[in-house]
Amino acid sequence: MKEFLLLFRNTQSSDAMPSPEQLQNISKAWQDWFSSIEAKNKLSSRGNRLDFEGTTVRPNNVVTDGPYAEIKEIMLGYIVVKTNLLEDATELAKGCPILLMGGNVEVRGIVEINM
Amino acid sequence: MQADNELIPHLFRTEYSKITSVLGKLFGFEHIEIAEDIASDTFMLAAEAWAMKGLPDKPVAWLYAVAKNRAKDYLKRNAIFSDKVRAEIQRTNTELHEIEIDLSSKNISDSQLQMMFAICNPIIPAEAQIGLSLRILCGFGIEEIADAFLSNKETINKRLFRAKEKLRTEKVKIEFPAQIDISKRLETVLTTIYLLFNEGYYSLSKNATLRKDLCLEAMRLNYLLIENESTNKPTVSALLSLMCFHASRFEARINATGEVVLYEEQDANLWNKELIIQGEFFLNKAATGTEISKYHLEAAIAYWHTHKDDTQEKWDNILQLYNKLLLIEYSPIAALNRTYALAKATSKAEAIVEAEKLKLTASHLYYSLLGYLYTDIDSEIAIGYLKTALKLAKSETDKATIAKSISKMKSD
Repeated sequence: MKEFLLLFRNTQSSDAMPSPEQLQNISKAWQDWFSSIEAKNKLSSRGNRLDFEGTTVRPNNVVTDGPYAEIKEIMLGYIVVKTNLLEDATELAKGCPILLMGGNVEVRGIVEINM
Repeated sequence: MQADNELIPHLFRTEYSKITSVLGKLFGFEHIEIAEDIASDTFMLAAEAWAMKGLPDKPVAWLYAVAKNRAKDYLKRNAIFSDKVRAEIQRTNTELHEIEIDLSSKNISDSQLQMMFAICNPIIPAEAQIGLSLRILCGFGIEEIADAFLSNKETINKRLFRAKEKLRTEKVKIEFPAQIDISKRLETVLTTIYLLFNEGYYSLSKNATLRKDLCLEAMRLNYLLIENESTNKPTVSALLSLMCFHASRFEARINATGEVVLYEEQDANLWNKELIIQGEFFLNKAATGTEISKYHLEAAIAYWHTHKDDTQEKWDNILQLYNKLLLIEYSPIAALNRTYALAKATSKAEAIVEAEKLKLTASHLYYSLLGYLYTDIDSEIAIGYLKTALKLAKSETDKATIAKSISKMKSD
């Protein structure tokens, strides 16, 4: 078993004003996705949902105020799954609700030290 | 985790408008969209984060904290905007240097009321007032508003956009009217609340839950006015009383297949006793002043309708109340209803004489009434009138109701 990070990204725009029903659907979609991974015993960490705010630090003390304006896409959150192959983790990522909202998921293997 | 699936839409209904009103009040109409965006973002984040990490201990406090931080971050990032807001706040409060976002229950209800006065402004059309109220004060989605108005999203978006533009260019402030203007300004607010209620009560939308929500929202907004000392006037209680009485018949006036059940055919056991008692409570409260508004009269008429039995006392009272109502504000509907009450209090023959004077020849209700009045007197004339009514009726519900009376008469 190997651990993989599933990283969600989406564009930072909120012109869509959700209705209560849409919110309910979004919440349910995430819960269902988690449950399906848990049911397969492949959830390693529930991860975190990231805040909208943030900064990016570059060499020479250049700090940009978060991903706004110039960068369209921001990191929204991550979870960690455990599977045998990258392909299996990728398969799990295909069910991520961020895809229904125009976002994407990056799947990356986590390097282990104690092999 | 089924519970939080129900919790989020519930909290959206109760908290969205509070957050939007407080931030909107802070930012002004010029930047009302930012307030709406921050409130929307807050709920999006809740929907995702709570699903991932579980419910916070205090969900409402969580929402307020996130909204507050979002607003502060926004102000930090937008220095020019922030200076404007700060200048505006300092104009009204010299003590304040740091922008505070006050989500206390006092400031929430004050902001909602001030927002209500700002939106219910005759410089924008009544339907735009209702639309904006639904959006900002009740947290309805554009799609739901479109559904309620039997319209589409584009039309509603345009309507709300134009309304906001107008409020901006006219520099409408989100604030309480001066004490001496309150009664006058309240009139517009009450009109909008009543229209909102009627939109739900008489809407042609097939979505029964949505229609009920509109009525409940109208009652909630009305209740906010009652809770505040400066707006707790007898007319405000009168309107709430009226809406309680109407709402008490919710379950009885629509049958399982969504058809309207006429008052006379309703099962009185389905009337909501609790709402009737509340209606009576607010009707008594409304009787404290000297002014008798149309809401007082309509509430009193609705009160008598909560008595199912046809007594002479009931219809004499209703007739008197309609007579007074017509003196305050003439409307064709009230005139027709008055004629119906006359038939009940005296005789159909007497009512026919009065009805024919009305000459409301464009209204299907007029011919329906004549059809009713001629029933048992001359069924051929009655059927003729009902057929005219059927031709004039526009909604499917009305047509079905009239067609039913025609076939019933023919079979008798």
